[in-house]
Amino acid sequence: FAEFDDAANLLAANPDATTISIDEPVEIPKNQHSRLQEPGREEDDELLGTDDSDKTELLAGQKKSAPFWTFEYYQTFFDVDTYQVLDRIKGSVFPVPGKNFVRLYIRSNPDLYGPFWICATLVFTIAISGNLSNFFIHLGKPTYHYVPEFRKVSIAATTIYAYAWLVPLALWGFLMWRNSKVMNIVSYSFLEIVCVYGYSLFIYIPTAILWIIPQKLVRWVLVTFSLCLSGSVLVMTFWPAVRDDNRRIALATVGTIVLLHALLAVGCLAYFFDAPELDFPAPIIPAHNATTVITKSH
Amino acid sequence: FPGLADVSISQDIPVEGEITVPVGSRSPDEDYSTLDEPVRDTIMRDLKAVGKKFVHVMYPRKSSALLRDWDLWGPLVLCVSLALMLQGGSADSKDDGGPQFAEVFVIIWFGAVVITLNSKLLGGTISFFQSLCVLGYCVLPLTVAMLVCRLVLLAGAGTISFIVRLVVVLAMFGWSTLASTAFLADSQPPNRKALVVYPIFLFYFVISWMILTFTPQ
Repeated sequence: FAEFDDAANLLAANPDATTISIDEPVEIPKNQHSRLQEPGREEDDELLGTDDSDKTELLAGQKKSAPFWTFEYYQTFFDVDTYQVLDRIKGSVFPVPGKNFVRLYIRSNPDLYGPFWICATLVFTIAISGNLSNFFIHLGKPTYHYVPEFRKVSIAATTIYAYAWLVPLALWGFLMWRNSKVMNIVSYSFLEIVCVYGYSLFIYIPTAILWIIPQKLVRWVLVTFSLCLSGSVLVMTFWPAVRDDNRRIALATVGTIVLLHALLAVGCLAYFFDAPELDFPAPIIPAHNATTVITKSH
Repeated sequence: FPGLADVSISQDIPVEGEITVPVGSRSPDEDYSTLDEPVRDTIMRDLKAVGKKFVHVMYPRKSSALLRDWDLWGPLVLCVSLALMLQGGSADSKDDGGPQFAEVFVIIWFGAVVITLNSKLLGGTISFFQSLCVLGYCVLPLTVAMLVCRLVLLAGAGTISFIVRLVVVLAMFGWSTLASTAFLADSQPPNRKALVVYPIFLFYFVISWMILTFTPQ
């Protein structure tokens, strides 16, 4: 019976071989899938990805098989190429209605490269833009002495990294708890949630650079615009995960996600960027008129 | 051999003895022993190695000297001198001033470690300390820029001095990034080069920003 053992070993070895080219097998079923289905059901299946979710979950389980104390385990979280990172960034900035960011771009290959470096870039962008904006606002004042405000970098770093890691942790815990009560079809792993949150922060980088413009209206328009874009990506990602739940809890969850996202944006704007209208030398003009009136009345 | 079944060596008893191999009168090790040389030779050898690497950074060519014989003396000297020169800027009590010595030190070393880990996690074949060595040595152009900025600021702090400083810092920032990319790019997988180069760009950009915004009290 030695041949059976060899055959069993070969069969056992084969599943490992198929996981190497993980991108191609997952791509093809999706294309066939969308051609076979009617357009009405396409949205649901694209959002849920039920057919390939099983396969991708299985393949994911076979992919990350290194024990967690080896370096190779952590290398599996950085298994992305340049074009993949750029695609994910594009997907977070231009949300396609009906397409789920996780199913479309992440596909059981969540990476930590994007979230980490997007957060790092955002920290320095907000600190530097805030510094530049304050410099331009206070430029003409004679009593103004430029300070680099380096303390704000550490404050920005704490805030943004806390948001990018603690909020996904809380959301993941909440979703796990609801999953134990209500059977949801869609469930995300912790790393996928971190990934979505990290990539959704990308839109704030150009927004922070544009916040240098010292016009209050421009800044608020920018905040609303970027909040709509990244908020919609988050909503479309997490709505399928909670919509089978109690209606009110689902709405409260999605509402909290958007609210926290908005708080981050508005808080950064308020703390790092001084208000631009405090500078007009308005009191001088009425005093001048008053003195001229007094002299005329004499 | 019935008696041998009971033989066992307890781990408390150290095994000691002397193993001598009869060698010829001149073993090859004696030629490379550096214990007897004058101290000046020891120091000059290390200084020459550091100096040679400085020259390699200023004129980046495809040489492997920087990678093969890595050392961290050069980066340490550069980091300490840069952090010292960034002192004395806007030291208000309001905590709004420039970075303190410890902050510069931590940013440079922690930033270099994070970039090295990033390139290794992405599949780079360079070793940890070699990468730290390259990143540290490529801070040299920015240290030169800091020196020039301080000298320019001694002359005045107006718009012209700002433009001069801006041009110098930009040029040195480009030089640092190109030099470190020239050394590190070959060891990265080909379709991830941009992913590795971007954090290096961010690292030198932050250091350049700290240099440019230095204002003396």
